[in-house]
Amino acid sequence: MSILVDETTRVLVQGITGYQGAFHTARMLEFGTRVVAGVTPGRGGEWVHGVPVFDTVEEAVQATGATASCVFVPARFASDAVLEAVEAGLSPIVVITEHIPVHDAIRMVEAARRRGVHIIGPNCPGVTSAGKCKIGIMPNHLFRPGPVGLASRSGTLTYEIVASLTRAGIGQSTAVGMGGDPVIGTTFVELLEAFGQDPQTEVVVLVGEIGGAAEEEAAAYIRDFVRKPVVAYVAGRTAPPGKRMGHAGAVISGSEGTAQAKIEALQAAGVAVAELPSQVASLVARILAGRPVG
Amino acid sequence: MKLHEYQAKQLFRTYGIPVQRDAVIEHPEEIPGLSLRYPLVLKAQVLVGGRGKAGGIQLARTPEEAVERARAILGMEIRGERVRRVLVAEAVEIEQEHYLAFTVDRSARRLVFVASSMGGVDIEEIARTHPELVHKVVLDPLEGFLPFQARQVARRMGLRGESLVQFAQIAHALYRVCVDLDAELVEINPLARAEGKLVAVDAKVVVDENARFRHPDLPEDEEATELERMARRYDLSYVELSGDIAVIGNGAGLVMSTLDMVAHFGGRPANFLDVGGGASSEAMRHAVDIVLRKPGVRVLFINIFGGITRCDDIARGIVAARPAVPTIIRLVGTNEEEGRRILEEAGMAAFVDPEEAARHAVASARRS
Repeated sequence: MSILVDETTRVLVQGITGYQGAFHTARMLEFGTRVVAGVTPGRGGEWVHGVPVFDTVEEAVQATGATASCVFVPARFASDAVLEAVEAGLSPIVVITEHIPVHDAIRMVEAARRRGVHIIGPNCPGVTSAGKCKIGIMPNHLFRPGPVGLASRSGTLTYEIVASLTRAGIGQSTAVGMGGDPVIGTTFVELLEAFGQDPQTEVVVLVGEIGGAAEEEAAAYIRDFVRKPVVAYVAGRTAPPGKRMGHAGAVISGSEGTAQAKIEALQAAGVAVAELPSQVASLVARILAGRPVG
Repeated sequence: MKLHEYQAKQLFRTYGIPVQRDAVIEHPEEIPGLSLRYPLVLKAQVLVGGRGKAGGIQLARTPEEAVERARAILGMEIRGERVRRVLVAEAVEIEQEHYLAFTVDRSARRLVFVASSMGGVDIEEIARTHPELVHKVVLDPLEGFLPFQARQVARRMGLRGESLVQFAQIAHALYRVCVDLDAELVEINPLARAEGKLVAVDAKVVVDENARFRHPDLPEDEEATELERMARRYDLSYVELSGDIAVIGNGAGLVMSTLDMVAHFGGRPANFLDVGGGASSEAMRHAVDIVLRKPGVRVLFINIFGGITRCDDIARGIVAARPAVPTIIRLVGTNEEEGRRILEEAGMAAFVDPEEAARHAVASARRS
């Protein structure tokens, strides 16, 4: 098992004829993902890396039975593309696009909620179920199948931690890059719930960062509902207040959103919090070996 | 991006939100020519907070006094920001102060309307000391903000009669500002009652930088430092900090954790710089150039985990930039061997382990 995506997932790529869309379609195919269709308005009838291109999502779904989407459409057209995927009932809809206005993100997330489909992102690296399916832009070679589920607000830090797990001989069930924006479709609580029900996942790793309260909400959920061990890392202990640290959502506003508050909340919920990214793999190894942590 | 108070108030006027009669000046000599009723309040136009405490808000009863005060304020630097403009407004006799704002509720993933009968102080402070006086309405994204919701909140705040009706109108106009401008925050604090009428005495508007394509007429972001603006031109995300170890990495989370590592081993980062995903060697060269422009930088620490970013591109950028300070590099991932070869040819080496590299960067800063 795994969460969100597996070997049966049939992926449609929106914006497949663009530079990023075409490049990452090739990487997804190499990974073994079943990329069945692409959509670029006005380019229907073309092919990209052997994948047929359609003008609309509706047509692509009818022709190929696509079940999920990966969105590379530029920011100003992205929310329209996502709403088109929502209407078609695709899930998950993985939104790679960066710089989508927050008012657009609010509308997209609400539409998905009403339709009962999952949006991952925006501004995210995607979802990878090791050995089964990758939707997005994570590097292919890092992953090995195994017992660790990851949910992360940061892309590169996810790669760093996945690589160190794989080096330590520990594989992954599913890794989810949730995205760095203030409003995102899927966050820690939803993923903790999914990992909790996934028989393959034995340990959950959360990678958080400054800004918002997603880590505090995760801590409350873990305390009340999660029975599997959780390891966390939170970036931005030294970040100054009021400055956006790269991600639109990574900003301490007033006293809200500090790394310290997040770490304390997670620790109070029994989560083993790593001080450095490299410690995540050793904490997970200890847990898998049945040794106590913290 | 934060707008200045005077810009926000100009906007408010076009939406029918009452503000004091005012003018913006850049020179004290402009004051005698203003047709405003005394006393006047003079307010430094800066984007940092705490200008009142810093003496950036002053009252003047005569033109002579106003000129003198304006001169003083225009010479000020408030928390590192030089005052270039002063907003001159007709002072009002404040009877009561309220608070209202629309902002993004990240947890609800919706807009939220926040109001309080206790204005004039920081809303976080009110929420701590008098949570029962903070009223929140989370907005349905498809319905938007409805007039009755404004009246409901006004009534809960204890408003009646003309004040209740006026408050609801102002709240609705403020909602329009928020939506029309793609704002992350629109705030009136205080919304004052003066001579029986409500007036926005202060105004804060933070617009979403990502929505700039819908608002081509927006002013330039004045909050950013010169280096931060320069970085933005090359699509680099740069934040100036106060230490002596310049930091460059790929990915916001990785760079933040790199700053944390530097601090963990006892060093002080000079900046945050994220070259982004798939950075070209050109972007990397600019990144090195920008972080080394900051005075007082002793060491450069580059931490790259190549995914879509290619190590050979990064290495070429570093070599082309020829950093003039000791440079510690951690380079792993896509095309790593080629990247290392390029560095070695230029007489540079790279670490594999980020923590080992961070320790070296800190030690090197201590030595130099």
